[in-house]
Amino acid sequence: MIDQQKLYYIWIYLQAEPLFWLTLTIGSYLIADFIYRKSNLFPLLNPVALSVLLVSLILISFNIQYERYFDGAKFIHFLLGPATVALAIPIYRKWDLIVSNSKAILISLILGSFFAIFITYVLSLQFKLQEELIFSLLPRSVTAPIAMGISEIIGGIPSLTAIITLITGVVGASLGVFVFDLMKLKKMEARGFSLGLASHGIGTARAMSRDKNAGVFAAVGMGLSGLITSIIVPLFLKIIF
Amino acid sequence: MLNSIFIILLFQLMGEFIQKFFEFSIPGPVIGLIFLLSVLLIIKKINKKHEAFDTNLVISAENLLSYLPLLFIPVGVGVVMHLSLLEENLVSVLLVIVFGTLLTLALTGYVMEKLLKDNNLND
Repeated sequence: MIDQQKLYYIWIYLQAEPLFWLTLTIGSYLIADFIYRKSNLFPLLNPVALSVLLVSLILISFNIQYERYFDGAKFIHFLLGPATVALAIPIYRKWDLIVSNSKAILISLILGSFFAIFITYVLSLQFKLQEELIFSLLPRSVTAPIAMGISEIIGGIPSLTAIITLITGVVGASLGVFVFDLMKLKKMEARGFSLGLASHGIGTARAMSRDKNAGVFAAVGMGLSGLITSIIVPLFLKIIF
Repeated sequence: MLNSIFIILLFQLMGEFIQKFFEFSIPGPVIGLIFLLSVLLIIKKINKKHEAFDTNLVISAENLLSYLPLLFIPVGVGVVMHLSLLEENLVSVLLVIVFGTLLTLALTGYVMEKLLKDNNLND
């Protein structure tokens, strides 16, 4: 006979500590990664998307507040900062390759970043979205902290922008490869750069897991598009309105 | 190992400080990345024979980066839990994101593929 009361008290204790949520997060990732590998790296089974769904499903079915979960999982979240700094090392090791292609990078950067904003604006008008929502959508291609900053400056809602930005990352990381295959792009550097520019860190994570050069170019694309987008978006709005 | 963790944290700390001090819109870790990269390139320029870092730094950095997807899960879960914020606009917003992202990927990838030099790739 199991002492239910006792189990309940243990659960109350455990759910207040980071240990349980850290184990859950890493466990879900390992399961998602296992499924992804078993599927021969099928892009729609993107490990980020899969593990996020897994954790969310557990939280929802046990009626657990997100804040409770994040309080434990924030230790994993914290590592995003150091990981961003660590991108300096692969970039450094491929520096000559980047410098010798700097013209290609610059032109693709300007065209790509401008197009990302323009197409978002045009599509938003097609769907007759309110102004506030359009402003929250415009900076969605760049890494969340930059996107949220831009959103705030131009009159969007930063928390909405955070959600939109993350969805953009997952969409790029899981569907991007179909676009590249359809267009018969052969150069890993082009695929990577495009992923980093259009879907920031999550796109970069995906590129990095497939090919070293793709990963480096993705990191470069992500960093540079973050920089240039924070300049272009306010300018773009000045021209439009 | 501890040395490399310290170096990475130190550069992030410098980045965060500068971001707050000058109120830049670029996040602290990205400033830290630019700093670390600049320092490595400068050391390489001064000291041509040696690599600018010890192999430990490379190993730590690459270890950390191999788990990059994992690090997005906590925020990702937040997105799913807060999807209701988008209310009745959810479907239109999703469509804007999907079409916008795929078209941007196509254009950028195409331009880059045409402009990249063939001779020095895949080394």
